[in-house]
Amino acid sequence: MINIYEVLETNDMIEKENLDVRTITLGISLLNCIDSDLDKLNEKIYNRITSVAKELVPTGKAIEKEFGIPVVNKRISVTPAALIGASACKTAEDFVTIARTLDKAAKATGVNFIGGYSALVSKGMTESDELLIRSIPKALASTDFVCSSVNLGSTKTGLNMDAVKLMGDIVLDTAKETADRDSIGCAKLVVFCNAPDDNPFMAGAFHGVTEADEIINVGVSGPGVMRKALESVRGADFGTLCEKVKKTAFKITRVGQLVAREASKRMGVPFGIIDLSLAPTPAVGDSIADIFEEMGLQRAGAPGTTAALALLNDQVKKGGIMASSYVGGLSGAFIPVSEDQGMINAVEDGALTLEKLEAMTCVCSVGLDMIAIPGDTKPSTISGIIADEMAIGMINQKTTAARLIPVIGKGVGENVEFGGLLGHAPVMPVNQFDCSGFINRGGRIPAPVHSFKN
Amino acid sequence: MKKTVVTVVGKDSVGIIAKVCTYLANNSVNILDISQTIVDGFFNMMMIVDVAECSKDFETFSHELEQIGEEMGCIIKAQREDIFDSMHRI
Repeated sequence: MINIYEVLETNDMIEKENLDVRTITLGISLLNCIDSDLDKLNEKIYNRITSVAKELVPTGKAIEKEFGIPVVNKRISVTPAALIGASACKTAEDFVTIARTLDKAAKATGVNFIGGYSALVSKGMTESDELLIRSIPKALASTDFVCSSVNLGSTKTGLNMDAVKLMGDIVLDTAKETADRDSIGCAKLVVFCNAPDDNPFMAGAFHGVTEADEIINVGVSGPGVMRKALESVRGADFGTLCEKVKKTAFKITRVGQLVAREASKRMGVPFGIIDLSLAPTPAVGDSIADIFEEMGLQRAGAPGTTAALALLNDQVKKGGIMASSYVGGLSGAFIPVSEDQGMINAVEDGALTLEKLEAMTCVCSVGLDMIAIPGDTKPSTISGIIADEMAIGMINQKTTAARLIPVIGKGVGENVEFGGLLGHAPVMPVNQFDCSGFINRGGRIPAPVHSFKN
Repeated sequence: MKKTVVTVVGKDSVGIIAKVCTYLANNSVNILDISQTIVDGFFNMMMIVDVAECSKDFETFSHELEQIGEEMGCIIKAQREDIFDSMHRI
């Protein structure tokens, strides 16, 4: 039987170290809503989401209460809207009506984000994909809870550089459309290389076409628990450090697995995957950067940071995989700047630069995440940063992403406040040298060769 | 059997266990195991109880225990045992 010390350990993790289940995300296929009549399409989408997701928030709350573990977010992901709207939407404005419907459905079900205002254009763009992408700035400015993502490349297809170029403009337009709110629209827009179909985390969640009608995916968390656990092996060798990370990741993930199984059983929706990501929040102590400091780095960004992140990421997976029957999504450590107080401190102290962050994304689960850059950054420069990040994903056969926020009216060193889980961020400097000649070439970067890896 | 873990954390005072046990008995909740320890000067008690015959739904049960805790200046939580089992047992 469970003993008192085990009970106290678990409850300390929850109460003192911010252990929580970050999100239960209900994936809903909208393929059966497709209609050539826009009004009918919107009506079907609304009805489908609100009927399937009706029990999501109450179920999440009941699980929180019974197990005593916070389930921070309840969210919905849907089939990429570019596919669903392809036959009904003739203009970008038509697509915006779908975004508004998704927003309305999110509000009706009580979730805090809905993802899937997305297009998958890793090789080419259909007319509908392009319309959706062009509608993103308006869609994100006129909704509250809708998240948008665009997959720009993959290891199998190479990079769609026409889409990369277009996204430079779209990111900037999205920033301008929400300039009165510190360009917050860009916090809800992410571009990917090798986007997974079952990611439960926003802003990049969508319900892939390889998925069933409905599915429950769960994202766990726990940087605070990890940091606290590592206190007990301060100064020990790497073998001991790695063992500790693995064991802690196992414990954290088991809680996620339990919550996923319960949610799946109660809602009668199959369990998809656990996403093993260590996801920080702006709460003090719930930080990936603090883990680096505990490992012996003065600040995130110091030499050694990439190695520290590599070992953290790998050991989290090793521990987590054994704790869950199905693992998927992004699974790794997130390094969003604005959502992690330790990362913010590192930027403010001059320890962490955009270039170091880019290097770190080679060894962790996502990419350049929640990074505020000056509002006068050129669209081609944004495309250049995106292209670099996508290339890392393409060559290394991993998911990479970029969520950049050009903050209109603000420059380097100024602060941006997004509020809530999105946090706040100092505006970071961007390399001023021009890359427009490269970006304007257009076309595709071919898929990489997979033999002769070195 | 529906096992639930009830924890009581706070300053030690006369009658804590009696009060919690009375509440449990009044609601047909059977105590399976009980242990206590002092951590950092705080009284920590854990009970493993069976709520299968409990006369109230889980939400009411855990809410009323919370209230009893508030009256006595300590924190009482009821959690299904599964969360601890999942984390500490393979």
